[in-house]
Amino acid sequence: MAGFELTVNGESRRVDVDPATPLLTVLRNDLGLRAAKLGCGLEQCGACTVLVAGESALSCRLPISQVGRREVTTLEGLAEAGGLHALQRAFIEERAAQCGYCVPGILVSAAALLAWNPDPDDEAIRRQLADQLCRCGAHPRILAAVRRAARELRG
Amino acid sequence: MTSRTLRANPKLDLWVRFETKGRVTVFTGKAELGQGLTTAIAMIAAEELDVALERVDVRTADTADGPNEWITAGSGSMEQSATALRQAAAEARRRLLELASRKLGVPIPDLEVADGTVRGGEAALTYWQLMEGRRFEGDVGERAEPKAAEQHRVVGRPAPRREMEELVTTGGRFVHDLERPGMVHGRIVRPPTYDAELQGVDDAGVREMSGVLEVVRDGRFLGVVALREEQAVAAGEALRAAARWTTRPLPCGEDDLVERLTANPRQSLPVIDGAARETDAPPLLPADPATTTLSARYFRPYHMHASIGPSAALAEQSGDTITVWCHSQGVALLKPSLAQVLDVEPDTIRVVHVPGAGCYGHNGADDAALDAVLLARAVPGRPVLLQWSRQDEHTWEPYGSAMLVDLRASLDAEGTIVDWSHDVYSDTHSGRPMPMGETSGLLAAWHRDPPMSRHPRRPSTGFHSGIHRNADPLYTFRRRRIVKHLVDDLPLRVSSQRGLGAFANVFAIESFMDELARAAGADPVEFRLRHLRDDRARDVIEAAVAKAGSTPDGAGRGLGFARYENCKAWAAVVADVAVGDDGVIRLLRFSIAADAGEVIDPDGLVNQLEGGALQSASWALKEQVRFDRNGIQSRDWESYPILTFPEIPEVGTVLLDRPGAPFLGAGEATQGPTPAAIANAVFAACGARLRHIPFTPERVRASRPA
Repeated sequence: MAGFELTVNGESRRVDVDPATPLLTVLRNDLGLRAAKLGCGLEQCGACTVLVAGESALSCRLPISQVGRREVTTLEGLAEAGGLHALQRAFIEERAAQCGYCVPGILVSAAALLAWNPDPDDEAIRRQLADQLCRCGAHPRILAAVRRAARELRG
Repeated sequence: MTSRTLRANPKLDLWVRFETKGRVTVFTGKAELGQGLTTAIAMIAAEELDVALERVDVRTADTADGPNEWITAGSGSMEQSATALRQAAAEARRRLLELASRKLGVPIPDLEVADGTVRGGEAALTYWQLMEGRRFEGDVGERAEPKAAEQHRVVGRPAPRREMEELVTTGGRFVHDLERPGMVHGRIVRPPTYDAELQGVDDAGVREMSGVLEVVRDGRFLGVVALREEQAVAAGEALRAAARWTTRPLPCGEDDLVERLTANPRQSLPVIDGAARETDAPPLLPADPATTTLSARYFRPYHMHASIGPSAALAEQSGDTITVWCHSQGVALLKPSLAQVLDVEPDTIRVVHVPGAGCYGHNGADDAALDAVLLARAVPGRPVLLQWSRQDEHTWEPYGSAMLVDLRASLDAEGTIVDWSHDVYSDTHSGRPMPMGETSGLLAAWHRDPPMSRHPRRPSTGFHSGIHRNADPLYTFRRRRIVKHLVDDLPLRVSSQRGLGAFANVFAIESFMDELARAAGADPVEFRLRHLRDDRARDVIEAAVAKAGSTPDGAGRGLGFARYENCKAWAAVVADVAVGDDGVIRLLRFSIAADAGEVIDPDGLVNQLEGGALQSASWALKEQVRFDRNGIQSRDWESYPILTFPEIPEVGTVLLDRPGAPFLGAGEATQGPTPAAIANAVFAACGARLRHIPFTPERVRASRPA
């Protein structure tokens, strides 16, 4: 066990865990942030996607000891002071989910895209989500939701 | 006539309650699997009761409360549960109006209801004032008349999906996300292959590991319980390394599967009018030489359900009672099945459905429930959250059965099909746990000491059940011969996967219809319509073709059509594809049309139809469980790839709404038509006739005319 200072969704958090503990496990079990999901534990499916220093990152094998004080943002931290993030509104509007297990990771990955490319074409969105697996076939709704959010963000 | 659902669950109180002021609680015995069940159920309740949608709380499958609806499968939720709930809600409203009429002294026809408030003249009473916290007594019965379609204001119109806001803000609430005071974590260690024998395990080191509370060994069932999740993972890995096994080879590898399907011992039954008969199967007689006769063989491999989330369950033993929260499709069947394995009274067990990741049939959900219970019994009083590893999921779930379909048909001089023969070879499609004799359908029950044996395999004879689901086409032929073959001694564990036999049967039939149309020199659409006497079928095909419009430049177009189980939703899929020189199939566009009777939640229905088509496309283009005699080689997403975002086509869907008509199950309706639509489109694009799933680039290149 060792103590780690983390910055998660803008707040300082301290945890005492084994240094090899994956970030995902700490987020879910120690910090009560359960939006990021355990899908494969192999960095293959994207269900555990969070933002680390603004970039989309897989958290299921990332040891907590390697996170440092880099800002970690989870789906719970996506909403802004004024309310839901445009992506969250768009996913509700488009009903962009079936079982929804993959959706938190996809939302975060899409947020990373829109942060550096506010006007992505369809191919750019698909490329960004290429490693995010969805088994229900909700892809068309998800693509539509990301496009809708991008339009809204551009005003 | 009262439905089977209402006969089994006649009490009104099982369906509708007004317990909390301003809220209506409605119950369903079905589970929310991501199909949008709770949204549709809430819409029906809001409609019949005249309350705002936001006031309706939906409670789903729980063996401790609400109706027992056995299982959430076979596209039955709308036909069974929603139909029953509509009647129950109508009865609740009827009684509330009767009560209001007496209290207000106003005749029923002069009462008006708006959002749960009943008005008569100047006075008004709310449903909650009328009920005064009481619950309904007596049965739903048949006295109430649900609203006529033209009175509907809620159903059939777009509505928000229930769980969406929670999902996009906090990630929803899945089994994996549950938390209870004192909760600890479990992992299991499966044998390296199905029949491996445990020679020994030195678990002393594992027991010493940080956080480990218990190492469970019962026969060849192995598991660990630890305080923290990462400790359970580490202990599980250490236990795996400490276990010594003797493995036995599988009876065959994937290369021998086609041969095994036709050469192994089997039970063969004729299928007549959609049902199998316990008589001798008719032989295949020589074709009439005056006809043009075609034969073709189609194949699907084993497919995984491949849920994105691993199977999981939370179990807690408290005194003599056990509670399990899990994502089983059939909590009412799982409860007695667990009791049978544990040798306890069924009523000491409560099973509550909590959503998991989408399952698409019988995956590891039920097995995980037993695993969790076995671990929880080792640490009484402590809730155990058990999650499978990705490898557990990929290598131990019961797969969709591999199938082989041999078709033969004869055309007369006018190009009409006069003779049709269908032989379908497959393992069973029903491996679900049932409380049945001394056998079990639960994985750990086979691994414990003493082991229980598996459920016996018997050819199902029901209407469009199992192997012969949709083997009997909707088309009109002069003669037809349909035979199902339940094949023994096949290598992999199997059970129900979305669509069951319909996936391969419809793939074969609809591909063959395309081949026959071309042999007859006919347009494939016109050829199908010519052999259909069913107007709603024709409407659906024509609607899909109209939706598709003109074929994109350089693309091939194909159609697939079926009415699911010949009695549920009609669905047609038009696929437009492009095929590269390298043999890669690019899906450009799917145009779907469906008739599912009266539409309640159009958005949810479209989601199911489109999702089914895309999942089916993934099975058809990319998926097969890889295995050799040493065991299953598809252990993760790299060795079992599925369709990804860059490969997704444009999808458009048109619904043929039939207000006032019965609801028809649609959740599996596009599963069969889709692979045929793709195969037919590939043929149109490049002349390659694909009869063997998956449609890999190598197969496309090998099938393409030189």
